[in-house]
Amino acid sequence: MTTSTPELRRRRQLRFSLSRQQITGLVWQIVVVGVAVAIVAFLWSNALHNLSARRISTGFAFLGREAGMPIADTWLAYSPKDTYVRAFIVGIVNTLRVAVIGIVLATVLGTLIGIARLSSNWLLSRLAAVYVELLRDIPLLLQLLFWYVLMQGLPAARAAWRPIEGVFLSNRGLVLPSVPIAEANLWVIATIVAGLIALFVLRRQLMARQEADGKVRRLWPYALVLVVALPALVSLGLGASWTVTMPELRGFNFVGGLTLAPEYFALLIALVTYTSAFIAEIVRSGIQAVPRGQWDAANALGLRRSFVLQRIVLPQALRVIIPPMTSQYLNLTKNSSLAVAVGYQDVVSIANTTLNQTGQAIEAIALIMMVFLTISLGISLFMNWYNARIALVER
Amino acid sequence: MTSISEAPQNPLPLNSARSRQPGGGYVIRWLRANLFASITSSLITVILIVLLGKVLISLVQWGYWNAVWSVPGDQTGACRSVRGLGACWAVIPEKYRFILFGTYPFDQQWRPALACLTFIALFFVSSRRSFWRKELVLIWAAALALIGILMWGGIFGLTYVSQDRWGGLPVTLILATFGLAFGFPLGIVVALGRRSKLPAIRSLCVLYVELIRGVPLISLLFMASVMFPLFMPDGVNIDKLLRAQIAFVLFAGAYLAEVIRGGLQAVPRGQHDAADALGLSYWKKNGLIILPQAIRHVIPPLVNTFIAFFKDTSLVLIIGIFDLLTTAKTSIIDPAWQPFSVEVYLFVALIYFLFCFAMSRYSRRLEAQTRH
Repeated sequence: MTTSTPELRRRRQLRFSLSRQQITGLVWQIVVVGVAVAIVAFLWSNALHNLSARRISTGFAFLGREAGMPIADTWLAYSPKDTYVRAFIVGIVNTLRVAVIGIVLATVLGTLIGIARLSSNWLLSRLAAVYVELLRDIPLLLQLLFWYVLMQGLPAARAAWRPIEGVFLSNRGLVLPSVPIAEANLWVIATIVAGLIALFVLRRQLMARQEADGKVRRLWPYALVLVVALPALVSLGLGASWTVTMPELRGFNFVGGLTLAPEYFALLIALVTYTSAFIAEIVRSGIQAVPRGQWDAANALGLRRSFVLQRIVLPQALRVIIPPMTSQYLNLTKNSSLAVAVGYQDVVSIANTTLNQTGQAIEAIALIMMVFLTISLGISLFMNWYNARIALVER
Repeated sequence: MTSISEAPQNPLPLNSARSRQPGGGYVIRWLRANLFASITSSLITVILIVLLGKVLISLVQWGYWNAVWSVPGDQTGACRSVRGLGACWAVIPEKYRFILFGTYPFDQQWRPALACLTFIALFFVSSRRSFWRKELVLIWAAALALIGILMWGGIFGLTYVSQDRWGGLPVTLILATFGLAFGFPLGIVVALGRRSKLPAIRSLCVLYVELIRGVPLISLLFMASVMFPLFMPDGVNIDKLLRAQIAFVLFAGAYLAEVIRGGLQAVPRGQHDAADALGLSYWKKNGLIILPQAIRHVIPPLVNTFIAFFKDTSLVLIIGIFDLLTTAKTSIIDPAWQPFSVEVYLFVALIYFLFCFAMSRYSRRLEAQTRH
């Protein structure tokens, strides 16, 4: 087909019609954004009007005022005379306390159950399947109330259950033996953390050298020095005391030891068991996504089963597992806000009390959103970094 | 971690006992292969049987042998005497009408019951492949209208019942179903907007989805119950249930949008090109070509979102709306029955479980069908 003049003209028309498409696009955008802005402006003017009618001043000035709300279960020093800012910080720490510990425990439990579901032992895999099905299909809030009621039904402190010496389970919560943390102990812990980081860096270098010359290098002597010997020396040098204090029953309550309040304990159990059911399914499907040939090839090499699982299958499964796992971690963090139903004072519960006391609804909810968006962003960034690290490197 | 079968699809491990032990009947062979394949496996089996036996025996003792099934009136003495040893199932026949239907007028409670049955029939019809046609929208509209008439009344000789008296299972089903019915089209529009070439529309949709998904549902519900009245002009007063319903629609819209977006991404580029080549407009292209394929791709994850959503409706407990969980919690405020909340929670858990289990079974069957 030769290009003739009418053909060219038609092309020009086509180009013109394209730009007409762009114009409709522009009109659409202006209309949609205009409507959105109008709705927001309408709501905002109503809010300003209503707030001034109720004599509530907008802004975050209220944060500096005395909160006057009691917070029972906290790791930070707090009294009702402190400001709202302080109360919010205590709430954030309480949220993180439940979320971080919950994520760690749910990951461990969920992975074990996910692997149990694939066990060749029929009874074990059936039991794991029942666990998953039962916990996934009942609302978390109901499970939380259930655990809390069970917790309240426990015997009083006087007649507490003692499954192991020094561990008490009563309607006051779970009391565990603990080590009092002094400054010297903190230094030792810091040494261990530094040692772990050094070990991690060292491991990378050793692996790189092993890849270069093929010689196997041992890591455990370094581990022994960095994580065991060095902290032990520091501990001896500073004279840190590691005596475990056993909780004792005095009067109606416990003295010494670490107490997990029934609210916290119920929330933790509910979050961990519920989320572990989802994590188990993710781990199971991740392992199943590893092609059968990988098992066969590893078996053909005569590798041990535990070795095959740890070094061949799980690393490959992780690539499938990480993205959905991230959203489970986010879910657990968001679900920790159910604390309000049992009276554990996390950030949402404190914001709610603030809202009722001061009427600063917009500010309180904006603070909740800010806190959770920050936590979500933090988890997503970390998991994306981890995901990029374990991603398949194609040569 | 000890024993993992190499091929999860195949319950028998490669060097299974079956090949080594030809003797014995089918049962013996099955037991050998599945429970006593190795020393560790046998050990696990024995430990599990002992533990399971202990748990089951104490459960049967608590829930059946020592249980109290009925008491005269509010005389819960018999229940109290077995407290801790046996269940008090007598609380269920005493309270089930309140748990299921809340404070709905007692002699009219056949209406919410019928509404619940309509819901179940609607779910059943929607799950049939042969009903996946345009007419389904009409069926939904008709069913939801029927439910509205049953619950409100005021016409056809039914007495009017105001929303504050609704409660229990119908409220849970209403929140979930209406949330989905309105959240679904919203989700479709937002998913399309998020894939649009127009930057302003795209960023608006991203903002909406990420904001809603980034915060806990509870904060949205607080917003609906506390902030919503602030945002309304003077004199406009929207009912609490409706406000929560709006929050649920917005919530469902954001989550469904993400699922549908996944389906849109799975539609091959050639389908877009072919539709463009036919000269179809944007809406015709998406409505006739792209969306039907996209939604078919994501039906199993959609069902999973429905399950999560159904469970999430229970959060209205925190803002004081009388759904199934709230009525259950309220029914045991009565001092005579207060100690028997575990029994009531188990009863309600069973109801939730039946709904969610049916949906998850269905989703798994669909997945199996699409795989072949």
